[in-house]
Order: sequence, then structure tokens, then C-alpha cells
Amino acid sequence: MEAASFRGGERPQAGRSPLTRPALAKLPDRALKYGLTTLAALILALIVYFFIRLIGQAHGAFAKEGVFQFVFGNNWNVGGERFGALPLLVGTLITSALALLIGVPVAVAAAVYATELCPLRLRGALTLLVELLAAVPSVVYGLWGIFFLAPKLQGAEQWVADRLSFVPFIGGGLVTIPNYFITGLVLAIMILPIVSAIAREVMATVPVDHKEAALALGATRWEMIRMAVFPYCRSGIVGGAMLGLGRAIGETIAVTILIGNAPKLGSHLFSQGYSLAASIANEFGEAQGVHRSALFAAGLVLFVLTLIVNGIARLLVIRAARSQGSGTGGGVTRLADAAVGA
Amino acid sequence: MSAPAASSDRLARFALSPARRRRDRIARTGVLLGTALAVIPLLLIVYYLLRKGLGAWSVSFFTTDPTGSTFFGGSSIGGIKSAILGTIEIVALASAISIPIGVGVAVWLVEYGRDSWFAQTVRFFVDVLTGVPSIVFGLFVYIVLIVGTGSSYAGYKGSIALSLLMLPIVIRSAEVILLLVPATLRESALALGAPRWRVIFRVVLPTALPGMLTGVLLAVARAAGETAPLLFTAAATLGTTFDLGGFMNSLPVQIYKDVTSPTPAVVNRAWGAALTLVAMILLLNLIARLISRRSRLA
Repeated sequence: MEAASFRGGERPQAGRSPLTRPALAKLPDRALKYGLTTLAALILALIVYFFIRLIGQAHGAFAKEGVFQFVFGNNWNVGGERFGALPLLVGTLITSALALLIGVPVAVAAAVYATELCPLRLRGALTLLVELLAAVPSVVYGLWGIFFLAPKLQGAEQWVADRLSFVPFIGGGLVTIPNYFITGLVLAIMILPIVSAIAREVMATVPVDHKEAALALGATRWEMIRMAVFPYCRSGIVGGAMLGLGRAIGETIAVTILIGNAPKLGSHLFSQGYSLAASIANEFGEAQGVHRSALFAAGLVLFVLTLIVNGIARLLVIRAARSQGSGTGGGVTRLADAAVGA
Repeated sequence: MSAPAASSDRLARFALSPARRRRDRIARTGVLLGTALAVIPLLLIVYYLLRKGLGAWSVSFFTTDPTGSTFFGGSSIGGIKSAILGTIEIVALASAISIPIGVGVAVWLVEYGRDSWFAQTVRFFVDVLTGVPSIVFGLFVYIVLIVGTGSSYAGYKGSIALSLLMLPIVIRSAEVILLLVPATLRESALALGAPRWRVIFRVVLPTALPGMLTGVLLAVARAAGETAPLLFTAAATLGTTFDLGGFMNSLPVQIYKDVTSPTPAVVNRAWGAALTLVAMILLLNLIARLISRRSRLA
């Protein structure tokens, strides 16, 4: 364009460099720039708006119960219009803590095996297999959990509960098919691919020098893993685990199917319970008035909970990335981002 | 590592002590066991899905709508046609909303925002979006589009909920790929006198396209499997509809409804629908993987 106008013999105006674009040609550039900036700003506005509206809707329940009483009151009684979300909060926390306890060691073991121990030929297949787990929708996990896993494990759970009857909160009670433990177990399977993928990616960033140095000094494979690999990627793995935790806290459908939806505090690990997300999915259809507002408030509590967990996770992953230098760090944070999504 | 101790005395000095050898062996077995524990559930899920799901599949399973009747056993409950078509319609609209916006924001982040404080803020908020549970997106759309307008559930409202869910995934994956476009490509185009917008549309986006497609497909796959945000935005219905303004059925919601049914035939339909959904999502994942392997970037 520029060249054409010169060829036309048009003299550049005084005070304007011959290389400056005419004002009209700058227009699409400006439009694109400001259009895209507006788009980005809209994302911010959207989230802020979202938060305000959610608080607005939750206000009714908070006004009736008081914020503290809503979050920590142990009384979720829809008929009596009492809304203390403690049973829900506890259900969410127990099941996601269980998911973390069971899922993270297994995920890290799978990552260690894939990066350090397994024959090269197997590596790709193993990685693919674990990642396939991520592609299964949560409703399918719920379906499989309630019709296959829960009935199969009920006997074993009852056995454990009987043997450990002296341990408070674990043993002694009657095991129901839907319960906290089975929910935590299925959640563990669900967060496994994310945690494992992040652990694998972080472990891949350990410099080969470190590992070879350990082996050259006579360390066994395991000693090498413990002394060279783990310390190097601890915060990355912890960050990955926190991202998994965020997932487990927000998981709705599998939990709704598996936890039993009993709106009270379960007396022990193998009894039915409820969770924040499950209460919303389960009751929202029929909810009116204060009840509906209470469910919005439950959503708000859930939102804040995941914000906190994800914030910590991101800090840890970013710190891990920084300590490992910018070259490999990009991969780690990128993977963390991808993992939260995929 | 395991020098034969018997072969010579000199070598024996370098041999591992039994305790260390034992610890190594135990730890390796533990790791192997953990890996097996990770893989077994997948195999079990796939096995059960295939066994139960294939049993439910038939031609009429895909060509009839659910009837809502559960009284007369397997023959009269109907298939999942409306759910399959509903999922495709809802997810297609969600993609049509979230992909242009997501790619636009990613382009802004890479080409204009870069490391400015505003861009950092946008990145932070996109990360916040990534962590929001899907059911909370459902609540949001419910507040704004159903409470706010006083209207009822509709397919397009489900699409909007899903597009909110897809948005951060699309933005972040597209940003990563756009960053990989070599700066020299941009600079040579700019040096030839091309305006910024041409550089973006003619050089940067075409180069990044295959890589971005991977992230987009993964986002689509993720959205297709979501149940929670659809429960109270698109609801569930029986018949097939192409009207995104009305109630619309979808596979995940259909499965969720069928799981809770006491009738075995309906539960079987849930397995069949689950196998269908997993097959669709795996297909998307597979395509995404193939494309990313072909892509020159990433």
C-alpha cells in the first residue's frame, strides 16, 4: 500500500516522515488493538460481575443465618428452613482430602515409574493410558463407581470398619454402599491423571547431571530418585497435588452419585454424607426462596474454597518453575495450566 | 549394579550392602505397585463400559428418543438420539462462542498486552476462571440468564455455561502456542512494511493454527463431558429439538438422570449412553493428538 502511494508521485507532507502510514491505513490496526483490549477487559468485568451477582443471590441466606452460622452451623434442614452448611463443607473436605491421600502417592509412583524405571518401549503406552483416564467424563466415573466399585468394595469396607471399631470416625459403624470413603476413592482415580502428568513433567526437568552424579557415587536407583529427583521437584509435585485438590473440591456429578446425599454429618468414614457441590446439583431444581439463596451461598463457599486452593497451587507451581530456571519452567507452568483445563 | 560378589574379593568391596539392596528392591516394587494401581481402574472402567455399553447398543438405541416410560422393560424406554444431537448442538454453539473470544484474548496477551500490569491481571483472572468448579458456572448462567431475564431453561444457556468453562482453556493453550511463533517471523513481516493486523492475520495465526487446534479440541472434549452446568441451564427433555431456545437434552444429563432410576433397563441405557459419550470424547482427543503431532510448533 505504502509503496503504491509513493509510486503515484504523491509527495509526503511536511513534518511527516515518508515511512509513516497514512491515517486511514492505521485504522484497522487501532481497531484491532482496542477491540482486543476491550475483549480482555471484558473477561475481568465478567468475573467481577459474576462475584457480585453471586453474593447478591447468596445474601438472603447469609442475612437469615449470619455468615459464620451459615458456614459452620451443623443444621441443613430444608423443610425447617435452617441452613447451616457444615455437613456439606465437611463432606467436601473429607472426600477431597481422601482423594489427595490416596491419589497423590499413586500418581507420583506412576510418574516415577514412567520417567525413571520403566523400559523405554513401555513409556509412551503408559503415559497415554493414564492420560486416557482424564478423557473420561465425571458422570461416567460416578456411574462406574456406584454400580461396580461400591458394591464390590462394601464387604471389604465393612471388614475394615469392624476390625478398626476402636478407632473413632473410622470403624464401628454400618457401611452403606454410598459413603465418604468410596467417594474419596473415585475422586482419587479422577485426579490421578492431572497429578501424575504434572509430576511427570516436573521430573523430566531434573538435570541428567544430578541423576548421573548420584548413580556415579554408587547410589541405587531408589537412592538416586530419593536424593536427586524428589528434592528437585518437591514444590512442583505439591503444586500439582493442590491443583488435583481443587478439582476434587469442585467435582459435582460423581460426588452426587456416590456420596448418598444425606444432609447431616456422617458419624464415620463409611457413612453417607453430603457435599457443597452435591447439594447444589441435587436440590437446585426444587429450591425456592431462602433455600435457593442458601444453595447460591453454598456455591459461593465452594467458589472461595477453590480460589484459595488454586491460589496456593499456582504459587507453588510458579515457585517450582522459577527455581528450575526459565528454560524448563515454562513447560511446568504451561502443563499446570493445561492440566487444570484438560 | 549387582556385582557378582562371589567372583572376586576385590569386587565384593564395591557390592551393595544387603540392607540397601533390600530397600532399593522394596521401593521399586512399591513404585511398580503404585503404577499398577493407577492403571487398573482405567482397565476396569474401559472393560465395564464396553461390556455393559455394547450390550445396550442397537440401531434403535441411536435412532429413537427416550420415551420417559419405564414400565414395560427394555423395549419401550427409547434410545438416546435427542441426547446425542443435543450434546452436539450445545457444544457446537459453546465452541462458536468461546473459540473466537478465547483466541482473541490470547492474541491480545501475546501481541499487545505482553508483560504489562494489565496483561498480568488478565492472566491472573483467566487462571481464576480455570479453577472455578463447573457447577458454579452453571449457577452464574442461572442467575444472569434465568433469574435475570425471568425466562426458563434453554439450550443456548447451557452453551453459554459451557463456553465460560472452555474460555480459560482456549485462552491459555492458544497463548502458549502463539508464544512459540518465532519472533523473527513477525519481525520480518513488520520489516517488509506489513501493518500489525496483517502480521497477526497472515503470519502469526496461520503459523499457530494447528497447535491452537489441539488446545481447542481438548477444550471441546472437556465441555462435552460436563454435566453439572447443564443441569439447570439446558435441563433435560425427551424429544429431539434443533431449537436452541428451548429445553435441550444432552448425553451427560441423560446419563445422570438414568443412573438414579430404579429400573434396570434405564440404567442399561445409561451405560450405553456413557460408552457413546466416551467414544465421542476419545475421538476428539485422538484427533487433537494427531494434529499436535503434525504441528511444527509445540
